[in-house]
Amino acid sequence: MDDMKEFSRIYQQEAEERLAEIEETVLEIEENPEDQEAVNRLFRAVHTIKGSGAMFGFTDIADFTHHLETALDKVRNGTLTVTKELIDLILKSRDHIKNILGGISTGEQYDQEEGAGIIAALNSLFPAEKGDDRTVDQTVSDDAKAAVETTYRIRFKPFPTLFLNGTDPMLLFEELRTMGECNITPILRDLPAINDLNPEHCYISWDIILTARTGIDTIKDVFIFVEDICELEVDVIDREGDFEGDRRLGEILVERNDLSREEINKTLNKQKKLGELLVEAELVEKEIINSALTEQKQIKTIRDKRMQDAKASSIRVAAEKLDTLVDLVGELVTTQARLSQFSMNKSDQELMSIAEDVERLTSELRDNTMSIRMMPIGTTFSNFKRLVRDLSSELGKEIELITEGAETELDKTVIERLGDPLMHLIRNSLDHGIESPEKRLESGKPRKGTIILKAEYKGAYVVITINDDGNGLKVEAIKAKAIEKGLISKETELSDKEAFNLIFKPGFSTAETVSSVSGRGVGMDVVKRTIESLRGSIEIDSVRGKGSTIRLKLPLTLAIINGLLVTIGSGYYVIPLAAVEECVELTREIVEKSHGSNILNLRGEIVPYIRLRERFGIGDDKPDLEHIVITDVHDKRIGFVVDNVIGGHQTVIKSLGPAFKQMKNLSGATILGDGTVALILDVNTLV
Amino acid sequence: MSKVIMTVDDSISIRQMVSFSLKKEGYDVVEAVDGVDAMKKLNEGNPVHMMITDLNMPNMDGIELIKNVRTNAKYKFMPIIMLTTESQEERKQAGKSAGATGWIVKPFNPEQLLGVIRKVLK
Repeated sequence: MDDMKEFSRIYQQEAEERLAEIEETVLEIEENPEDQEAVNRLFRAVHTIKGSGAMFGFTDIADFTHHLETALDKVRNGTLTVTKELIDLILKSRDHIKNILGGISTGEQYDQEEGAGIIAALNSLFPAEKGDDRTVDQTVSDDAKAAVETTYRIRFKPFPTLFLNGTDPMLLFEELRTMGECNITPILRDLPAINDLNPEHCYISWDIILTARTGIDTIKDVFIFVEDICELEVDVIDREGDFEGDRRLGEILVERNDLSREEINKTLNKQKKLGELLVEAELVEKEIINSALTEQKQIKTIRDKRMQDAKASSIRVAAEKLDTLVDLVGELVTTQARLSQFSMNKSDQELMSIAEDVERLTSELRDNTMSIRMMPIGTTFSNFKRLVRDLSSELGKEIELITEGAETELDKTVIERLGDPLMHLIRNSLDHGIESPEKRLESGKPRKGTIILKAEYKGAYVVITINDDGNGLKVEAIKAKAIEKGLISKETELSDKEAFNLIFKPGFSTAETVSSVSGRGVGMDVVKRTIESLRGSIEIDSVRGKGSTIRLKLPLTLAIINGLLVTIGSGYYVIPLAAVEECVELTREIVEKSHGSNILNLRGEIVPYIRLRERFGIGDDKPDLEHIVITDVHDKRIGFVVDNVIGGHQTVIKSLGPAFKQMKNLSGATILGDGTVALILDVNTLV
Repeated sequence: MSKVIMTVDDSISIRQMVSFSLKKEGYDVVEAVDGVDAMKKLNEGNPVHMMITDLNMPNMDGIELIKNVRTNAKYKFMPIIMLTTESQEERKQAGKSAGATGWIVKPFNPEQLLGVIRKVLK
């Protein structure tokens, strides 16, 4: 609020200046009443005093000045002539405003009667107009009464000139999306042929079905800036609590026992759907039908959901059944890839269209199946609260566990296998990280230590952080221990980060005394191995005296990923698409220019690249034109040179089996449509 | 990169209030005292992503400024918000036909200002 005080100080200064300007200008006008520029200047000065006065809460000034402004506006457009009387009144008004202003700093009350007198005199100069007075727009919000869930149909048909005043319709849709469930269907029927198309014009209109707990006025307000450059219809099509739905003819017949449900269904199946009939009869475009169907669907979903909420129905299913389902979907994805490839080779139109349908269905089925397996991580979190409570009292420490992002969802398998490593990391923080209350007070920290356990989405990954405000890691102690254990030699130069990573080495423990809590140092290497087996990574960061942060990065799902299929030599490889940023060509010319430095100039940015052909020791028959897949690894851009980029690929991950366990650069394999095996590259370890 | 918003107003107190509120939200702000100053800064300075202009200003008023800005291919589709008062219905219409994207009625507070910006600036 100090800002406001500062603003009002600036305003007072400004108003003083404007008042001086008014005095000067009025005298000019008295000498030369025809001076239009002076009249404009006078109007602006008054306008500023009024406008800014209202902004900074000087309503007295704003209200009074409003009457002066009205009079001057009439002078400006020629309906009121400048007389000596008017000049006197303006000067009087000016003095009055100055008095009010002065009163603000001194706290003195100004003469209100004087103001009223001036206003009356000003108003007597011209006939009063209707609606001229300030009408404060008291829009009564209809939101209060519309707290019930309501579905609206919004038909938004902008004029072609929509873009020419800088409107971006997408922002309007985004605003609607924040209100509730929103389905938007674009209507393209007015789109002209490309030759007649003016790219600066908007030819699209939109049908929007919105379910929200807001009133109709709030929705219309979204379109307030475009209301006179569009046709807008907003209608309520469903409201919670209203009696729902008319009964259909068939339902009535069944209820009266005139017909059986089967008989009706049989007859119905013979009949084409209304939408198809209408489109066939060319009465209406397909997109219009689609828009109407969207509306129908959303209302149905909303109503169904309401029914379901009432029943709160869910089914418990044995976990193995889900696992089998995922396996089957995996097989299906592989088979579907085969079908797609086969149909491509046959170039049979009908077969291709069937293959495309299967592809679409498969990917929907896959997403659905995966989403069934997703579980909120919160279930694991709640176990830890208890753990922290019990252990901290056992250790004589005061520790609070704060959890964030409990609703973050991860694959069931990932969550199950994450329990132990997380438990271990939290125990470590409890035991080694957070100090005893006495020690904490000595170093100026609050008695109570805090451990924050947080989960959040980062692209195709979930990042879990465990942060404590304890003592941090002792780099020297770690190094000494590592030397003692023979993990590094005395001369090894290590950055802090490298030193921290030593604690993940097998057989490492820095706890001076072995306690029942953090065990015997068999932990951290096991933690790391578990996380890596989940195709995740672990990172540790620590500031001495301030605390440590451990970051686990885990893939959302284990079974199927989106990959980029590439070839090197005769082999196929898959790069996880989540890491890929773009692909560029690597011509012989570029290679020669870089003088063997394996560095690419990508739009001015230096990007190093790795030749996978060399890395994998594949023979020397490389093509003239190679490709670089640019990836984002540990927030750095790195290119991988391959022979050919084939394209996106639904990758069902198969593990490589124990014989290949030491293969660091591969995270698995997948089977392509034609039965070929493609290896999945682990970009994190390749770098 | 943060978005650049130009505030055009002959009233220093309004400019300061707009500027302060926007900077607090992470926008970069360019101030101009009237239409002529605004045109000069648009043509010479760094690109601007949005403009907030008063209507009553000396030298070149807001309506004329909006018209001029819209003739520049670079700013043809830029969001422009005009500051109006409730008694200026006519001027508001003129501003709209000149190509203003939206408006704010004075007096307004910083939240209202930011609400309008979110409506028009991506």
